[in-house]
Amino acid sequence: MKKEVLITFNHVIKKYDDQPVLKDISFEIEKGKFYTLLGPSGCGKTTILKMIAGFMEPTSGDILFEGKKINNIPANQRQVNTVFQDYALFPHLNVFDNIAFGLKLKKMPKKQIEQKVTEALQMVRLSGYEKREITEMSGGQRQRVAIARALVNEPKLLLLDEPLSALDQKLRTEMQYLLRSLQKKLGITFIFVTHDQEEALAMSDEIFVLNNGNIVQSGSPVDIYDEPINHYVANFIGESNIVDAVMIKDELVEFTGKQFTCVDGGMKPNEAVEVVIRPEDLVLTTPDKGKLVVTVQSMLFRGVHYEIRCLDDLGNEWLVHSTKRAIPGSKIGLSFDPEDIHVMRFNESEEDFDARLESYSE
Amino acid sequence: MKKLNPLWVIPYYLWLVLFVIAPVILIIGYSFLDIHGHITLENYQTYFGSGKYLMMTFNSVWYAFLITLLTLLISYPMAYFLTKLKYKDLWLLLVILPTWINLLLKAYAFVGIFGIDGSINHFLEFLGIGPKQILFTDFSFIVVATYIQIPFMIIPIFNALEEINPSLLIASKDLGATPWQTFYKVILPLSMNGVKSGIQAVFIPSLSLFMITRLIGGNRVITLGTAIEEHFLVTQNWGMGSTIGVVLIVAMFIVMLLTGERRK
Repeated sequence: MKKEVLITFNHVIKKYDDQPVLKDISFEIEKGKFYTLLGPSGCGKTTILKMIAGFMEPTSGDILFEGKKINNIPANQRQVNTVFQDYALFPHLNVFDNIAFGLKLKKMPKKQIEQKVTEALQMVRLSGYEKREITEMSGGQRQRVAIARALVNEPKLLLLDEPLSALDQKLRTEMQYLLRSLQKKLGITFIFVTHDQEEALAMSDEIFVLNNGNIVQSGSPVDIYDEPINHYVANFIGESNIVDAVMIKDELVEFTGKQFTCVDGGMKPNEAVEVVIRPEDLVLTTPDKGKLVVTVQSMLFRGVHYEIRCLDDLGNEWLVHSTKRAIPGSKIGLSFDPEDIHVMRFNESEEDFDARLESYSE
Repeated sequence: MKKLNPLWVIPYYLWLVLFVIAPVILIIGYSFLDIHGHITLENYQTYFGSGKYLMMTFNSVWYAFLITLLTLLISYPMAYFLTKLKYKDLWLLLVILPTWINLLLKAYAFVGIFGIDGSINHFLEFLGIGPKQILFTDFSFIVVATYIQIPFMIIPIFNALEEINPSLLIASKDLGATPWQTFYKVILPLSMNGVKSGIQAVFIPSLSLFMITRLIGGNRVITLGTAIEEHFLVTQNWGMGSTIGVVLIVAMFIVMLLTGERRK
């Protein structure tokens, strides 16, 4: 399928009172995919969303919608709808009138509005709730009304501004499934903003990890989880063990005083790097069989696994997720495979990172 | 919640009984007495039978309506404008400030301004239009009454507008509404409770204004308020005065019913 670009950011900079919030950002959003902007509060993700929706203009740079510049087009003339964090449902209107709000503005015939609202309610599994007042609905139901109100306008792009943050864990998971299936079914592009990495990993086709007004890394959830570009991403996405290391040569790395074979390459000989090993990739074993020998500090039962915190002789902390138990105070061995070691260079740009991965994975 | 000691409630009940319930019962009671203290329905017969009182009632309602309408037309945009200002609380305070000054003082100030020798007539003379009779006209009565009532209308509307969640306005725009559509589809309905409270606070007192009718209206405008004053202080016909009072209380309830919040 030909890739169709819906939104383009061209060197977009946004400043508030000379304080840069977005520092020269460029990216493309393709049609029909589920995107997530992921980052801590203040990283600029909501600013990007507001600029796409039309509530904010870039200080410099261009925003294109299907190739046309839309910097100055007001929000009410864009084919974009938003699901707000606090839902922003109109308290003076019932469920039907809330959802019909956009359609009535378009002067759509009454019959057609009724049909569309019924369909939208079906989509979010709220059939029969037309006459309910907003105040009579629970948080999860309001959330679904907000989604229906946005989707009923058939936007080309749906923006979701941390819409699940006010829901409890179970509802949240339910909504993740609902959103993902709605997106697949309707084929509308979704841009989802969140600070919750689990949400991002579960739903997205593509994740943009942001920090301090920059896009640090973009890619599929699997790519970002398995090949984080730097310490920040590795730490932000999932849990990780990060230690200082030296890249002796391609496919040989030294950390905790020992040398290990790995599958990374493309660095200078003896370059200082960092190494990430995910907690679930560390396997408990006896001290004599382990690649690392550590002392167990604590163990927590997490349901699916035990979370075991260990210290090696150099004082590095190692976090292990295992279905096996370990007794605090005892010495154990940790083993891992060469492909579990992921090497990260300091200050590597995304282009260089991608190019390097390309060169040695051939 | 901890249960309140019933003793704490006594002063409030006492207050209600002494200053709300008892006076209302007294007024209703007096309205059935004639000038010699005999029980009668005569007062009500006079009230509804003679054109004089019905005309007066109509006048009162009509002027109160004009005053309320004018107050609303001035206050709504003003309250809306105030919510947009940076130092809105300070500006609101300035709007409220005149209510701290005694009504009589304000009325006398207007006598000075509107009088034949007042500043407005000086200005008119300067323009060559010559002095005009401004004081003791319907016009001056309505202007002064409106001026006095404006703060009582602005405050509830301002509060209602302030309570509107700004994200609703963003959502409205997001769904395709122009600023004008957002105003009449979101802002106006959501501030309606403030408007209703404002109407209650302005319309009912306007029905029985008497100080201003006398000082500014020059007794040309006779409202129910003036009539009550007349009956109690001049003709000493307390029965008739109370009857008019009862009519005002009923009118008040009607207004409250019409503008009350609908509970669902």
